[in-house]
Amino acid sequence: MTNNLTYVLAVEKLLGLEIPPKAQWMRVLMNELTRINSHLVWLGTHAMDIGALTVFLYCFREREEVLKMFEMVSGQRMMTSYFRVGGIALEPPLGFFERVREFAGRFPEKVDEYENLLTGNPIFLMRTKGVAKLTAEDAIALGATGPTLRGSGVDIDLRRDMPYSGYENFKFKVPVAQEGDVFARYMCRVLELRESIEIVKQALDGMPEGPIKADAPGIVLPDREKMKTQMEALIYHFKIITEGFAVPAGEVYQAVESPRGEMGYYIVSDGTAKPYRVHMRAACFANLQTLAKMCEGGLIADVVAAIGSIDIVLGEIDR
Amino acid sequence: MPLAPAITDAEQLKGHPAVACLLAWNAAAVTGVKFDREEMTIWVDRANIREACAILRDDPECLFNFLADVTCVDWYPAEPRFEVVYHLLSIPKKERVRLKVQLDSASPAVESLTSIWPGANYFEREVFDLFGIRFNGHPYMRRILMPEDWEGHPLRKDYPVEGYR
Repeated sequence: MTNNLTYVLAVEKLLGLEIPPKAQWMRVLMNELTRINSHLVWLGTHAMDIGALTVFLYCFREREEVLKMFEMVSGQRMMTSYFRVGGIALEPPLGFFERVREFAGRFPEKVDEYENLLTGNPIFLMRTKGVAKLTAEDAIALGATGPTLRGSGVDIDLRRDMPYSGYENFKFKVPVAQEGDVFARYMCRVLELRESIEIVKQALDGMPEGPIKADAPGIVLPDREKMKTQMEALIYHFKIITEGFAVPAGEVYQAVESPRGEMGYYIVSDGTAKPYRVHMRAACFANLQTLAKMCEGGLIADVVAAIGSIDIVLGEIDR
Repeated sequence: MPLAPAITDAEQLKGHPAVACLLAWNAAAVTGVKFDREEMTIWVDRANIREACAILRDDPECLFNFLADVTCVDWYPAEPRFEVVYHLLSIPKKERVRLKVQLDSASPAVESLTSIWPGANYFEREVFDLFGIRFNGHPYMRRILMPEDWEGHPLRKDYPVEGYR
């Protein structure tokens, strides 16, 4: 849902649209669940690459829960589209918040479980500590972001430092590790799992009441009920569906802290309903460049550990 | 929140560290500025882009030490046709700035930033692959997304929808 969020944030910035608090809170909530989902896939596969097969099964058990929550709100487990320009598509269904709360309550124990299997495991430590080192200078010069950068001791997190979508209202720590090796990046992500679940809890506790869409007729689809009773709503619905909505000419670059690093959308609008140019800055695309530097002078067998430690998602690289 | 009109007057924008720094260095190299939707854009002359980036990176008031993104916009059939767009981020100051270089269709080439940020490598290769912009001084100027033997540059506006074959 992070890509979904970045795009709608960029279009909203082009439009100069203000989003109601409930929609922002829901976006933060879903975004952190996405981070948990992404980190669970990473943790499972990374550990499997290094030879710890069990963790994979544990991680996918919890990931399944998260995917079920995605399905509840958006109807899809993966490739979800739940955020819309101006807000979110639908009110979350009945029972959704209870489900998330129940999950958030027991998730920290699950992270303890993963850590029991890995953090003190001598084989895992031998494969990760001091392996594939990356200095802070190299990480910055090579365009690394996210945990790959924070694992090298650079303290930047866009959620905290350049807040978007109401992140300034949440309290969380940004895990930073100094060593710059595979283990440091592992620790950053595992600690992020714990921070994310804290943000999810805060979002649940502070979830504001009110509308989920901005009051912007012509841009935001009208409610189903209104369409059946009001002529204007019906016209707007027809126009948005058939023509879209015009976005004032201009350009924006909107970046968010995706699970893997800085995800940015650069959108150029020429004033019509179709964007003139959309460019995605994918975190993995840049992070992959660090691989060569990390592996210099190391063992071939450690390339596997290094490539897992940058949380590689090839779909993000070739987009 | 209605949109504020864009400011394009260099005099008004002198307060911004990046603008001040570049104007103090070489006012002729800055061909335009724009402040729109809380984002600063600076047009830099093609010959000076590498030096301008090096100065923005090292100036203690700016410290734009991170190259976030390089991309390109094709304004076909207008001239100058291409705009190469650089997004810089200052990790210590938490600021962003956008630099642009305009290139005409006759010689779409610009100096590479790989000597300042090795991370420009993939981004410039992508721009080369999709737009056919050459980056002089790039260590490995080859296609990155499309196959090696691909004809044309797919994101150019005059590229046929079905491709060349």
